[in-house]
Amino acid sequence: MESARRLAAAARSILLGASGCLGLAVAAGCSREGETAIPSGSATTSTLPVEYALLLPAPKVPGPIARRHPAHVIVDLEVRELVRHLANGVDYTFWTFGGGVPGLFIRVREGDLVELRLHNHPTSKLPHNIDLHAVIGPGGGAASTITAPGHTSTFSFTALHPGLYVYHCGTAPVPMHVANGMYGLILVEPKGGLPPVDHEYYVMQGEVYTAGRYGDEGLQSFDPDKAGDERPAYVIFNGSVGSLVGDNALTAKVGETVRIYFGNGGPNLTSSFHVIGEIIDRVYGDGGARVLDRNVQTVSVAPGSAAIVEFRTPEAGTFVLVDHALSRAFGKGALGMLKVAGPENTAIYSGKISDTEYGGTAAEVVAANSAPSPESAAKPAVQEAEDLPGVVPTLEVRMERGRRVYLMACFACHQPDGRGLPYVFPPLAGSDFLKADKERAIRIPLNGLTGAVVVNGRTFNNVMPPQPFTDRQIADVLTYVMNSWGNSFGTVSVDEVRRAHGTAK
Amino acid sequence: MTRHLTAALVLGACLAGPAAAGQPPAGMALVPEGDYAPLFRAKDDPATVRVPAFYIDVRQVTNADFLGFVRANPNWRRSQVSPLFAESGYLGDWSGDLELGPRAPSDSPVVLVSWFAARAYARWRGLRLPSTAEWERAASAGFTSANGAADPAYREAILAWLSVPTPPVLPAAGSGRPDVYGVRDLTDLVWEWVDDFNAMMPGGDSADNSGLDRDLVCGAGGANARDFTDYPAFMRVAFRSSLGAAYVVPNLGFRCAKSL
Repeated sequence: MESARRLAAAARSILLGASGCLGLAVAAGCSREGETAIPSGSATTSTLPVEYALLLPAPKVPGPIARRHPAHVIVDLEVRELVRHLANGVDYTFWTFGGGVPGLFIRVREGDLVELRLHNHPTSKLPHNIDLHAVIGPGGGAASTITAPGHTSTFSFTALHPGLYVYHCGTAPVPMHVANGMYGLILVEPKGGLPPVDHEYYVMQGEVYTAGRYGDEGLQSFDPDKAGDERPAYVIFNGSVGSLVGDNALTAKVGETVRIYFGNGGPNLTSSFHVIGEIIDRVYGDGGARVLDRNVQTVSVAPGSAAIVEFRTPEAGTFVLVDHALSRAFGKGALGMLKVAGPENTAIYSGKISDTEYGGTAAEVVAANSAPSPESAAKPAVQEAEDLPGVVPTLEVRMERGRRVYLMACFACHQPDGRGLPYVFPPLAGSDFLKADKERAIRIPLNGLTGAVVVNGRTFNNVMPPQPFTDRQIADVLTYVMNSWGNSFGTVSVDEVRRAHGTAK
Repeated sequence: MTRHLTAALVLGACLAGPAAAGQPPAGMALVPEGDYAPLFRAKDDPATVRVPAFYIDVRQVTNADFLGFVRANPNWRRSQVSPLFAESGYLGDWSGDLELGPRAPSDSPVVLVSWFAARAYARWRGLRLPSTAEWERAASAGFTSANGAADPAYREAILAWLSVPTPPVLPAAGSGRPDVYGVRDLTDLVWEWVDDFNAMMPGGDSADNSGLDRDLVCGAGGANARDFTDYPAFMRVAFRSSLGAAYVVPNLGFRCAKSL
């Protein structure tokens, strides 16, 4: 202990700075120089140069390691139990490695001697420890780090195997410690480093088992029965619903390369990690030293495992990160965003070229699948062609046409009953936002809507793209929305939509 | 306390009835003889252990109680205690050797005391610390039933306590709802020392004396546990296993026990 402290005091060199310009890093590819020799002797007598690891909170990642020799790396990790935001209006007492969920990202190099100091804050209610999957030894370190509140445990290990590894608390009851946020990632860089990329991000999935249902407000407590049954109320990326949405989205520019260190803390569910609208160029296995597969759509990441994924971003737009077990993305929170800025390349992706009427099978399927409503018994004839000049169709006709548009596009987010999804997609039924300003309402399908809006007292921060509707379809669907589910907010005419084209967004 | 014992014996002798023998000393409650089912046990151990009836303090030892002890025993004062017997944070929330101060209200449970100090206090009062079996037996009772597991309100109280961090100033000891034996705050105010806190080692087979540690640090530990849904019991085992006898912890206090 004492000699370790002396060593620590003797050196103050800090690991490389934060990510950003990773292209500058010199990396010799991912070829291995061979297995790390098994060390012997005592860690406290190590003569390696001492460094302090720079630890960063998600989605940040400490920069690549430039040195080409092993070091004695000191990792100071503090456990804190903190009440933190889980979703809008929902708080939860998270147990954290470093103050946030997931835990701070640790980056070391193959062959390093890592001295891990686990500090358990005096205000903690419980003892905690740490099991790093990068460690070979009892409990992955957990056997040496059970730490009472107000104490520090220290142990060291040699990072023998390169790779991206999960670390987590291994104190009984383990599922509760993990579900409460005690997981993170440690990257053991291969000796040759990883190929340079433009952006590195840290995304980690986890489950929260609250006593209340998704969206129930207030401070939620842990529900052991739900944990035992593996029925989380929340499945989240980076510790809260919306942590990677809107202003918090990951960013890149057209033509850049993005690397995501994706971990799954679990404790129970396997993630089907998918980036909507991208194809993952390369997936590295846990080991990180070898490309496991190319051109991958969905990466299966077990609880307690991780994957390194890389892709170029040739096209601009918002790309949505999900667990492709989709009930977790739509309704439990497993949803994030990557915004790629730059010119659109219509050769790669044209955008909508046209949208024409189609009266065939698809329309019948939609009608057959939709819930029968009282008015559907006497369904009015729907005029499919453009209205004749000077002819205003009846409200009945416009409602039916609007309903069809709604069931083609809008229902996926705002739901067939117009109630939206709590904290993700705002409701239209009974929406004060919709009622307050008709002109604004018209501009939303026309221009899209990005950023925070307050609907019925709740904040939503999401992205709705412009809708590829004709002016008549917009008039119809707004009329439908403004006169359904108890709404009585007036009607919208085609002329009003045309006028809205000229107004500011 | 010897006086109490004598009084109880005399009283019992006078009335010559078994009920009178169960009259607890002042501030204590009787936990009747019964079974304790350890969370972990070796393969050949019995599923339950018989625990004879005992008395236990109704509430934790408070700062005021402990102040009386250090007044009478200068070697247990903050400035004089041996570092062998208590870490440097011993009574660190007090303002001074003999001053409680704003962070340690007189009626709040005393915390930041080592096992050595708790034991010395108990001995000074003519009492002892409860064993793990006794403590767990007392804590197995609920508000309305001797079987707390069948008392949802009792389990919810524990989980609610766990869901909030330790407050900077602890509330008063003895203010919680009493369980069926009349004991208060066992599971929702602070953790408590037990006499054999470090005894959670597998019995007999010393060749495998790391076995239990391993059980505690991996999910497979549930495999030989009595009841893997009893999360609070796991936490208490984990908590005790994190301690050393000289440790002082901001949310760890104690109460005393006494044999009949």
